Amino acid sequence: MTFVTFFAGSGIQSALEPAGAHAARIGRLWDVFLIISAVVWLLVMIALFIALARRKREETPDGAARARTTVSIATAITLVTLAALLVASVLTGRAIADHAPPGTIQLKVTGKQWWWQVEYDDPDKSKRFTDANEIHIPVGVPVNIQLHSSDVIHSFWIPNLNGKQDLIPGHDGSIQLQATRPGIYRGQCAEFCGLQHAKMALWVHAMTQSDYANWLTAARQPSKIPSTPEQRKGEEVFMSSPCPLCHTIQGTDAGGKTGPDLTHFAGRRSIAAGTWPNRRGYLAGWIVDPQHIKPGSQMPPMLLDEGQLQPLLAYLESLQ
Amino acid sequence: MRARNLIVFAAVIVALSSCEREERRFREMPSAAARRNTERLVTLVPGPYTPDVRVRNPYEHNAFAISEGKRLFTWYNCVGCHANGGGGMGPPLMDEQWIYGSDPENIFATIVEGRPNGMPSFRGKIPEYQVWQLVAFVQSLSGNVPKDAANGRNDDMQVHKQEQSQPDLIPERQPATHP
Repeated sequence: MTFVTFFAGSGIQSALEPAGAHAARIGRLWDVFLIISAVVWLLVMIALFIALARRKREETPDGAARARTTVSIATAITLVTLAALLVASVLTGRAIADHAPPGTIQLKVTGKQWWWQVEYDDPDKSKRFTDANEIHIPVGVPVNIQLHSSDVIHSFWIPNLNGKQDLIPGHDGSIQLQATRPGIYRGQCAEFCGLQHAKMALWVHAMTQSDYANWLTAARQPSKIPSTPEQRKGEEVFMSSPCPLCHTIQGTDAGGKTGPDLTHFAGRRSIAAGTWPNRRGYLAGWIVDPQHIKPGSQMPPMLLDEGQLQPLLAYLESLQ
Repeated sequence: MRARNLIVFAAVIVALSSCEREERRFREMPSAAARRNTERLVTLVPGPYTPDVRVRNPYEHNAFAISEGKRLFTWYNCVGCHANGGGGMGPPLMDEQWIYGSDPENIFATIVEGRPNGMPSFRGKIPEYQVWQLVAFVQSLSGNVPKDAANGRNDDMQVHKQEQSQPDLIPERQPATHP
């Protein structure tokens, strides 16, 4: 078991270390399959070696009859075992597909080439907001996620929390997450979706209920007003360059809808959908030459004059 | 003899079909699409007649650039006024009439500088290589590109919806009623 875990990667993106109700069911199914398959393999090997050791040179009528009986019994055992595994698999599938009734938290995740847009729904329209490449959920509460694709087929997969679910253009799907312990889990697009499929990751923050409430209050606020002269210069650079045609910053005039919402950009772990950590050097490289980091992505290179880049970075880092 | 000719002919066909039609550039260097400021707004020039210096769109007849231009045409809300080329608040782009000229440099200038009576100036808002992609797309609207480079039709403008799904032919499923 440790051997398998070792090769399955670290715990933040592993179906073998479930942190959610659904992933736990999948994990149990995996254990059942692993144990039964291992036992079957062992029994077959033992039987094989016994047969080799007791091999007889002459074929007798008595031996042929015994072989028929043995093969029939073995076939029956195989069929029963396979049927049992099938039942276990179907029961797990049913349990995962069972969604909690509405009234739980509703999110909408849209797969785009190559990033994730996350919309937090609320009956009160003023409380709705949009985030990107990160999902925050409270522990112990079922979260219903509506899945939508705006271009090609993607697949939403947070191994620690649930199985895969495809995002098919024109055919909305849904999935449910229910974290059982707080932590940060990594997700990944699991359906080849173009050039940068490999660089289309997302993070799930499972938080205690009080932490989640605090985060939600902060996330609904518009962006912070820049406080230093450098940040104010950076805001001017942002607004006078191509940025606002694609990006939104709540509380400013920037309202583009095609790129990720940057209202609370500085709070994110990574940039470009999990490609690089969100630190100043990486961010500068991403703004100046995104096609070097993620060729084919929709972010165009920015031609910034001397003295524009650092204020812009300072401004983006102030967007808490 | 005839069989050999046929084989040679087939081989040539196969070889030709693998010819590269165009180059698809993913990484635009700033200088690759630098703008040459040569468009004229009037025909009057001082001194003797000088021929026009024509600007070539680096993406002319490039299928990938035209399809990128089509996407940007929606993203930058050109469709808001020009619709999908048929015009609305702004003039149509798929007819023969060009108020400010139909050459690439004229269209480039129209996008970057803006025009009186409503066309906003996108100077500094759209990277120049994307302006050229938009120019390539706008020119393709009036059928000025070879067929192999032109875009396909929009899915949402088909008589029926996207392939394989025809919701107007399938009756709405009624919600199950429980006794």
